[in-house]
Amino acid sequence: MSKFKKKKSGELPAISTASLPDIVFMLLFFFMVATVMRQNTLMIENKLPFADQIEKLDKKDLVMYIYAGKPSSRYRASAGNTARIQLNDKFAAVEDIKPFILAERAAKREELIPFLTTALKVDGDTNMGLVGDIKNELREVQALKINYTTRQGEAKNNLK
Amino acid sequence: MARRSAPEVNAGSMADIAFLLLIFFLVTTTIETDSGISRKLPPPQDIDVPPPVLKQKNIFVVEVNKNNDLLVEEVPMELNELREAAIKFLDNGGGSGEDRCDYCQGDRSPSSSDNPTKAVISLRNNRETSYSTYIAVQNELVAAYTTLRNREGQRLFGKSFEQMEKDLKDVNYPGNKEALKEDIKQIQFLFPEKLSEAEPKK
Repeated sequence: MSKFKKKKSGELPAISTASLPDIVFMLLFFFMVATVMRQNTLMIENKLPFADQIEKLDKKDLVMYIYAGKPSSRYRASAGNTARIQLNDKFAAVEDIKPFILAERAAKREELIPFLTTALKVDGDTNMGLVGDIKNELREVQALKINYTTRQGEAKNNLK
Repeated sequence: MARRSAPEVNAGSMADIAFLLLIFFLVTTTIETDSGISRKLPPPQDIDVPPPVLKQKNIFVVEVNKNNDLLVEEVPMELNELREAAIKFLDNGGGSGEDRCDYCQGDRSPSSSDNPTKAVISLRNNRETSYSTYIAVQNELVAAYTTLRNREGQRLFGKSFEQMEKDLKDVNYPGNKEALKEDIKQIQFLFPEKLSEAEPKK
């Protein structure tokens, strides 16, 4: 009889942890693929206005971003209280837009240059004077395709 | 010896892992707002070239002052009336002879625009106008054009202009894209987006 002795009940078999690395790797790969690095750290307040006649910007690599708005509270001491332009990771003056656009163009393949779009991410409280200056600079450098980046919503939400 | 079956893995913690993942995503995912109103800026102009002469009645002047008040054709207006007013102006079709507009459904008032292809909306803002007001006005004006284009799309091709543009971008669109492009061009020709922006006054 002792030959067919039953295993001791009560004691749980050890769980095989062999597949745990697989799970962790799966996670890791997922993150590596799905994570979109934020291109710019915002140094300004960027509360976009609302609009509902919007188009999507499909090709992210063909978009140049120009940010504008009041410096956020961390930078207020050094950058002042009035609205500023941000290009890449630093504050910029209006004159810096032209070299910025030219540098962005130089980095792209030649056949893609006509499709480049400039996305203006401008805070809703900014005065139009600054935006007008930006647009003038863009016109002079022939970057005519622009997109006012907005949030989806009714236009009358802007007036509150 | 009796063959032992492999011990079963306790899958109870799998749910915990999945939840951990889910929560992580919920917390970290930021919705990128990369959509907006697309516009095309006019190319830089020589100062010597005189601007083209337009009939006063073909220009729809929208002014926004520094207090974000709207002045449309010299009359103060609320933002929610702007779309209606712009549609009325564009769709007026008051012209006769060469300027006659066959597809317009407006009042045909002689004091408003002759033809949608002639009608220009002129937007002027102050330097101290807030950007959000400007976007709101732009949005309403673009909406006016879109409404009229949708109407023409329905009339001529049985679907709205927005749907046509969506189809054009759709990879799985079954129909002929070249023909669709032509149709879109035709509607754009009927109601061209003529939105001029004057230099802001100081």
